[in-house]
Formats: sequence, C-alpha cells, structure tokens
Amino acid sequence: MLRIPRELQAKIVAHARQDHPDEACGVLAGPAGSDRPERFIAMTNAERSPTFYRFDSAEQFRVWQDMDDQGEEPVVIYHSHTATQAYPSRTDISYASEPEAHYVLVSTRDSEATEFRSYRIVDGVVTEEPVTVVE
Amino acid sequence: MAIEVRIPTILRTYTDGAKQVEGTGSTLGDLFTDLETRHGGLQDRLIEGGSLRRFVNVYLNDEDVRFLDGLDTPVKDGDTVTVLPAVAGGAR
Repeated sequence: MLRIPRELQAKIVAHARQDHPDEACGVLAGPAGSDRPERFIAMTNAERSPTFYRFDSAEQFRVWQDMDDQGEEPVVIYHSHTATQAYPSRTDISYASEPEAHYVLVSTRDSEATEFRSYRIVDGVVTEEPVTVVE
Repeated sequence: MAIEVRIPTILRTYTDGAKQVEGTGSTLGDLFTDLETRHGGLQDRLIEGGSLRRFVNVYLNDEDVRFLDGLDTPVKDGDTVTVLPAVAGGAR
C-alpha cells in the first residue's frame, strides 16, 4: 500500500496537468527504509513527449546525490499518461529499475477527473496496490 | 588507490550487496572488464554490443560519460564512477 500525504498527491496531479499533453515525471523522496514519501521533486522530461518520458541524466545525478547525502531514497517515482489509462505500459515495465519504489501513474486523458494509481514493478511483474491519502 | 564505483540497488546482486566497489583501468571500458573478474555478470548489465546500454547512465565524477567518450573515457585513480539506471517509460 502507498500512504501519501494529500499535499504531495496534489502536487503530482498539478504537475501532470501543467505539462499535459506531454508526460510529466518526478520523484517523492523519503527517509531510506521508511516507505514514507516526504519531499516532492518535479523532474524534467528530457524527451518532452506525449508518449515517452526519461529523466534528464544530469538532473537525475544531482537529485540522486542529494537524496544520498540526506539519507533519502526515491519512495515514489511518478509519471503521467496523457491519452491512455494510468496503468504501466510495456515500456514502463521493461525500464522499471527501482524494485523498492512505488510507481505512481497519473492519467490526464480526462480533463475533469484524474486517475491516480500506484504499482510495484519487480522483475517485470506489475502489482497494483491501494493508495491511502493521509492528511 | 583505485577507482571507486557506486552501484545502484538493482545491480547489487552482482556485488554481494555492496553499494560501492573498487576497480582499476585506464578507460571506463577497462574498468568494467576489471570489475567483471570479481563481480561476474555486471558487465553484461552495463554494456551491450560494445557500447553502453541505452538505459544505463554512467557518470565519471559528476559528468554523464555519454557527453565524454563513452567506454573510451579515460579514468584514473581517485575518480568516482556512478552507475544509475535511467528512469524512463512511456505510454506504449
């Protein structure tokens, strides 16, 4: 299960809406081993594409270094789908490389309602998990 | 002194869980060959068809080696090499 503070969930949705129709992506960092997302980090989608995302490599290096220095890890890795459902695609599954992370998918295909779902992706196997929003 | 190599979580199965390993070599490619002698299987996760795998980022100190010379990038004692899996995906 993913427990996520309402404020962080709202920031992810706002980022996805803002970058629509391109895919938005980013990270929620939290203390290593805590499974608690605490810090919102919007990342640049180096692909600037409606169908693909990739973290900018230089930015990723700085952000990962920063997390390491602060004893944090990427608790959540999020990105948006802008024309399809909030479910991991074949590419999402094949590139998933953080077995400890919650992969959050947001769909902005409907301009009113935003789908917000969370998954574990380990060795090519996708498992959806419930999302609990905490105040 | 040697070259320090930082290994991401997903590749630590090849390093007995170690977050950091050391190696030697005059280029990045040499360094990976040297690491392979002690951490079998690692090289294949980094290199494909003679060049770096597309979805693996390798940094020499703080520079992405794709913007240097890739596997031919010279390395020396005291350098730090960081491996990070690219974070990527898409709608298809």
